[in-house]
Amino acid sequence: MSASNATAAPLAAGFQDPVHDAQGCFRAIMNAMARPGTRQAINAGNLKPPVPLTQVTAAIALTLFDYDTPIWLDKPLMASDAVKTFLRFHTGCPIITEPVEAAFALISTPESMIPLASFNQGSAEYPDRSTTVILSGQDFGSHPAVTFSGPGIKDTVSFASGPVPPVFWDQVIANNRQFPRGIDLVFAGQDALCALPRSTRILKAEV
Amino acid sequence: MNDTAQIFEQGEYNFAYLDEQTKRMIRRAILKGIAIPGYQVPFASREMPMPYGWGTGGVQVTAAILGKDDCLKMIDQGSDDTTNAVSLRGFFEKTAGVRTTYETSEASVIQTRHRIPEKALREDQIIVFQVPIPEPLRFLEPRETETRKMHALEDYGLMHVKLYEDIAKNGHIATTYAYPVKVNDRYVMDPSPTPKFDNPKIDQMAALQLYGAGREKRIYAIPPYTKVKSLDFEDYPFEVQKFDKPCGLCGAENVYLDEVILDDKGGRMFVCSDSDYCEERRADGHLGPMAADPAAHQFGATQAEETAR
Repeated sequence: MSASNATAAPLAAGFQDPVHDAQGCFRAIMNAMARPGTRQAINAGNLKPPVPLTQVTAAIALTLFDYDTPIWLDKPLMASDAVKTFLRFHTGCPIITEPVEAAFALISTPESMIPLASFNQGSAEYPDRSTTVILSGQDFGSHPAVTFSGPGIKDTVSFASGPVPPVFWDQVIANNRQFPRGIDLVFAGQDALCALPRSTRILKAEV
Repeated sequence: MNDTAQIFEQGEYNFAYLDEQTKRMIRRAILKGIAIPGYQVPFASREMPMPYGWGTGGVQVTAAILGKDDCLKMIDQGSDDTTNAVSLRGFFEKTAGVRTTYETSEASVIQTRHRIPEKALREDQIIVFQVPIPEPLRFLEPRETETRKMHALEDYGLMHVKLYEDIAKNGHIATTYAYPVKVNDRYVMDPSPTPKFDNPKIDQMAALQLYGAGREKRIYAIPPYTKVKSLDFEDYPFEVQKFDKPCGLCGAENVYLDEVILDDKGGRMFVCSDSDYCEERRADGHLGPMAADPAAHQFGATQAEETAR
């Protein structure tokens, strides 16, 4: 992660086919957002982004980021010059230090992420100006499950993802209660992603 | 391959016409629209190679989501072969080289001007609406600053006053198209000028609905299985248009019908507005009362006439 290593390594390539790879990735993100809690496969196998950026997270970045979108990175990502160079070269996105100004936030270590309330929640007039938070390194396996209902969900859907902080779901419930304001979440896994828009109602399992 | 595809091969246009930065901007707006059902997301609408009113908003949304494996259906007032549908289908054949179809069930993306197909849409389909005036409150309050505040405060009393005045003047709610709906119990939304006949279809629809307004620079969306309620009163509940006759050509009932003038002696018939649905039914052997009529025969093949509105 030192500067000398980063400069020594050649810049990782972006999408092989920028037009159709980005389109395929976008459709996965769109379907995920339209159907909260469903897993959407994403083909990012050709990407070899610098760690701690993962393949799926890099694909999302290449699909959605550009000079219009200020990006906030968590500490491990911010510490990596290779990551910043990769994002700046391929997307031209400004990398900022204030989470409240971010259009997107990339989280490489979700278990120790900052509270969701730190990000831009949008305003009552312009709820679309909020941050979309992307959690990477998620697995959708044996974590405490929550139940989603609301737009995009026929009845209810059970969802589990981790690692996330212990108070994470309470934060998300509080976030989604302020609808139409609030952030949207994208859970980036190994080869798939899920999304959780602010419109979803979340029920935690009784412990 | 036809000549249009060759133009695509020459690389004169980026896939689906729009440049990649524009697509990204539209894609981000679509994601916000889906996350906030019924909220109109402002976007930097581009000038398109067609006039406003021809579906520049819908075309931009379609161009941003379209992939090379998609199969596209274009409808204009229910019909696949009227001017708007033909020219926009040609636009995407030329610039994206995608497969196109007339059949509702075959399409993965359906762009429509003011009708929803009679056949129920599936989860793997996306319907894109062309929207002229996205703001349902615009004719009641011309100032954008005010309507924005009204949406923020969920202050929709004015809309109910308008519907009430309809009843006071006409005895019933006289709005028959662009009938306002409330999405997910929060935002009042204009479902584009579809006849109110189609309003029940957008409630709990299995397919994703995207709305694009090019001139007004707004994108909004309704995710699948979202509650969409047409505004009404307890004593004046929402009702759709009813037709006392079945379709003249295919005999379908409970579908939206267009009036077709047959001659200058008052002859007319009512036929399905959804031309693909009508043709499919006739292919299955359903015949309406006018199907054997020689005057109706000229519409049997390509039923291109669209009059009643």
